Amino acid sequence: MLSTDNDILGAAEAWRREGRAVALATVIETWGSAPRPVGSHLVVDGEGNFLGSVSGGCVEGAVITEGLEAIADGQARVIAFGVADETAWRVGLSCGGRIRVFVEPVA
Amino acid sequence: MQLETLAILNAERAARRAAILVTDLDGGAQRVVREAEIAGDPLADLLARHLAAGKSGLAEADGRSVFLTVQAPPVRLVVIGAVHISQALCPMARALDLAVTVIDPRTAFATPERFPGIDLVAEWPDDALAGPVPPLDRYCAVAALTHDPKIDDPALAAALRAGCFYVGALGSRKTHAARVARLAQAGFSETEIGRIAAPIGLSIQAVSPAEIAVSILAQIIAAQRTPRSGAAA
Repeated sequence: MLSTDNDILGAAEAWRREGRAVALATVIETWGSAPRPVGSHLVVDGEGNFLGSVSGGCVEGAVITEGLEAIADGQARVIAFGVADETAWRVGLSCGGRIRVFVEPVA
Repeated sequence: MQLETLAILNAERAARRAAILVTDLDGGAQRVVREAEIAGDPLADLLARHLAAGKSGLAEADGRSVFLTVQAPPVRLVVIGAVHISQALCPMARALDLAVTVIDPRTAFATPERFPGIDLVAEWPDDALAGPVPPLDRYCAVAALTHDPKIDDPALAAALRAGCFYVGALGSRKTHAARVARLAQAGFSETEIGRIAAPIGLSIQAVSPAEIAVSILAQIIAAQRTPRSGAAA
C-alpha cells in the first residue's frame, strides 16, 4: 500500500523513469489544525494521476492543478491555502487550518 | 527536483540511512545531505537538530529561507520473547508506527493466536537475525523480555554490536547484575553494557503488562528523540 511519504518519493522516481511528466508537492508550513504534517508529499503526473496527500483530501484538487502547471512551465512555486473563513470551509480546511505547499516539477 | 536528487533520496532510504534534502525556497536550488555528511556540512547544527527530532521544516540559513525534508529510516522494534508483556506491547508499538518483530524460539509462546497480525519468528535470536529478520541497525530498538539468559543474552549482544538506538532488558536489579557480569565476560565494555536500559522502562510504577508496555515505549521514544553523540558516524 502506498501510504508513507517515502513511498511517494519512490513512486515519483519510478513514474519519471517511465517517461511520465511528474510534479512533487510538499507541505512546508502549517498553521492551526492542518490535517497533514509538514513534509507530507503528493506526486502527480501529466495526466493528473496522483498519489499521497497534502491536506487529507481537501485542497488536493488545487494542488494537482498547480502540479500540472509546474510540469507545463518547468517552474517550482509555493502556494498557500486556507484561512478560517468561508473559502477555507469550502476547500475543506474546515478546522480553520492553513498550509503552504511547495510544488516542483521533477526534471 | 532533479531526477538524480530524487534517486539519491530513494537509494538512501532503501539502504536504511538517513538523509536531508535542503531546498532553497528563494532560488529553488536543492541538495541532499547524507547522514554521514551532516557533521561536515555548513548547516551541521541545524541539520543534526532536525534529524534528531525527525522533523521536516522551514529554517533560515544565511538569510535565506530553506526547507529541510528529513528522511529517517522507519524505526523497527525487535521484541525478544513472545510473552505476556509483548502481547500488550506489540499493538501499542504499531500505533506508534514502529515496525514490530517478535522473536521467541519457544513455539508454545510464539503463536499467531497470541500475536494476531504481528511478524513472529519462532527461532533462536541468532538464527532469526541471520535469516528471516533483517539485520539490526542503529534505527532499531531491541527489548529483551524473556527473563531467560539463553534467549535474551544473544539478542542483547547483537543489539549492542549493531549500535541499536535503544536496548532494554526486563529483569530485577539482581537479574541485571548477573547479566552485566555475563556480558562483561563476553567482552563487552562497561560503556557498551551501560547502554542497556535495565530494569526496562521509565520509572512510572508500572504494574500491569500494559503499563509496563507504556513505560518501555516511552523510554524508546525518549531514546529516539535525543540526539546521540557520533550521530553522523
